[in-house]
Amino acid sequence: MKLHTLAHSRTGDKGDTSNISIIAYRAQDYPLLCEQLTAERVTAFFKDLLEPLAAPVQRYELPNVQALNFVLPGILRGGVTRSLALDAHGKCLGSALLDLDLTIPT
Amino acid sequence: MNTLRIGSGAGYSGDRIEPAVELAEHGDLDYLVFECLAERTIALAQQARISDPQGGYDPLLAERMRRVLPFVGQGTGRRRLRLITNMGAANPLAAAGEVRRIAGELGLGLKVVAVVGDDVLHTLSGEQLLDNGQTVGALGERLISANAYLGVEGIVQALRADADVVITGRVADPSLFLAPQMFEFGWAFDDWPRLGRGTLVGHLLECAGQVSGGYFADPGFKDVEDLARLGFPLAEIDADGNALITKVAGSGGRVSRATCAEQLIYEVHDPAAYLTPDVTADFSQVGFVEESVDRVRAQGASGRARPEQLKVSVGYLDGWIGEGQMSYGGPGAVARAELAREVVLKRLALIGVNMQDLRAELIGMDSLHGPRSSVEPWEVRLRVAARCDERSDAVRVGNEVETLYTNGPAGGGGASKSVRQVVAVASLLLPREAVKPRIEE
Repeated sequence: MKLHTLAHSRTGDKGDTSNISIIAYRAQDYPLLCEQLTAERVTAFFKDLLEPLAAPVQRYELPNVQALNFVLPGILRGGVTRSLALDAHGKCLGSALLDLDLTIPT
Repeated sequence: MNTLRIGSGAGYSGDRIEPAVELAEHGDLDYLVFECLAERTIALAQQARISDPQGGYDPLLAERMRRVLPFVGQGTGRRRLRLITNMGAANPLAAAGEVRRIAGELGLGLKVVAVVGDDVLHTLSGEQLLDNGQTVGALGERLISANAYLGVEGIVQALRADADVVITGRVADPSLFLAPQMFEFGWAFDDWPRLGRGTLVGHLLECAGQVSGGYFADPGFKDVEDLARLGFPLAEIDADGNALITKVAGSGGRVSRATCAEQLIYEVHDPAAYLTPDVTADFSQVGFVEESVDRVRAQGASGRARPEQLKVSVGYLDGWIGEGQMSYGGPGAVARAELAREVVLKRLALIGVNMQDLRAELIGMDSLHGPRSSVEPWEVRLRVAARCDERSDAVRVGNEVETLYTNGPAGGGGASKSVRQVVAVASLLLPREAVKPRIEE
């Protein structure tokens, strides 16, 4: 099942660091997100975009809003002011991450 | 005061004006706040000020003021409305002068106070940039601006001086909203839990429509009613900083647990340590309760002592970006766009264009997240962009795309090209004592 069906997302930028929230629509799906959406999984998803020498991807938990916050240093390559990217803020990154496949326990 | 009502009239410099007017007219507000300074806006404003010493403030200041000033001050049968905004950008004094002039034209007797002291350009010497380890000195002539993120102090002082309109330069976004709460409720500058809660209110409101249904809709998953008439948010706040987020009845949009959760985490790194000049806010235990439609209570924020150092945003010139785009459509569009990309890159090398960084991508295929789909689209757009030290090199990047018309593959259309100067932004930290906010009446 696509992450898109279980969660929504918004992406923010500060300097060349992006942060991506993943928020479960239903509280009962939050444990599944915590288990499967690891920082390693997100790192692998964005491997072509991440700066190899940057600090690792960090994951924070916000249990009362059933959300995870991923912080991706360096992914904006110089930040909105210097980047040549079409989406220099990286605003679209969270939407892409919602394409991740989750394994639903049977 | 029992319940304080603060509305958010702008989430960025170019934001829509109509929802702010709606809030001023129908929000029954005590304060309307306009947050209009993104990371690099002030550096661009500083450049504008260099070419016009009376400029350097928000380009929409006059239009916004003409629309909302008639509702400011003490009206009959309603609350006294005051405005707080960072639209002063690189020149709060000139902006305050402009607001006084407009108020005069409209026949309004309003007190306009500017907050200054964020501009620290001339006090810097050898400080180190956090971003790349370079020193400020190494930027030399390229350095154009340095502005410290001020906290609440100057704004509180201006409100004590009975300002109807407070105009600032660089102030931390949530501080624009925390200051009126501290002033109205008499919170101490070290009342960390209340400052943490008040900062949450500011953080939720600072991007305006982003908490009331803007930047949220995903048809079939997250639907938003009447997005075209999106209303901007307001908070009803009690003396302990407990707040309810809502919007003007009858406006479009939606305030829900989900819209609040998205904005809670927006531009936050560690939710347990959201740093502002006023407090180290803790959002990690925040939750939201929907009391009724479009009325959401925020709870669980806290705070610890504020950071000892203030962040300074440094703007500097960093070359030029040249860009060109061209569309290809119909059968074989991708193959022709790929050939066009190859040709442009070869030509840039052949004519010896000097580039620090280069991107060449196909919009619709790989421009946002790298390559993925093998589906042949009906149309695709080539985009080539390069950062160059010299403007003349940047110009040639766009030219090599435009000339694909008569020199490239079949059927390119809709060429566009641009050249812009890069105003880059970096950060450094200054001891709090080195920054002295003050007001000018």
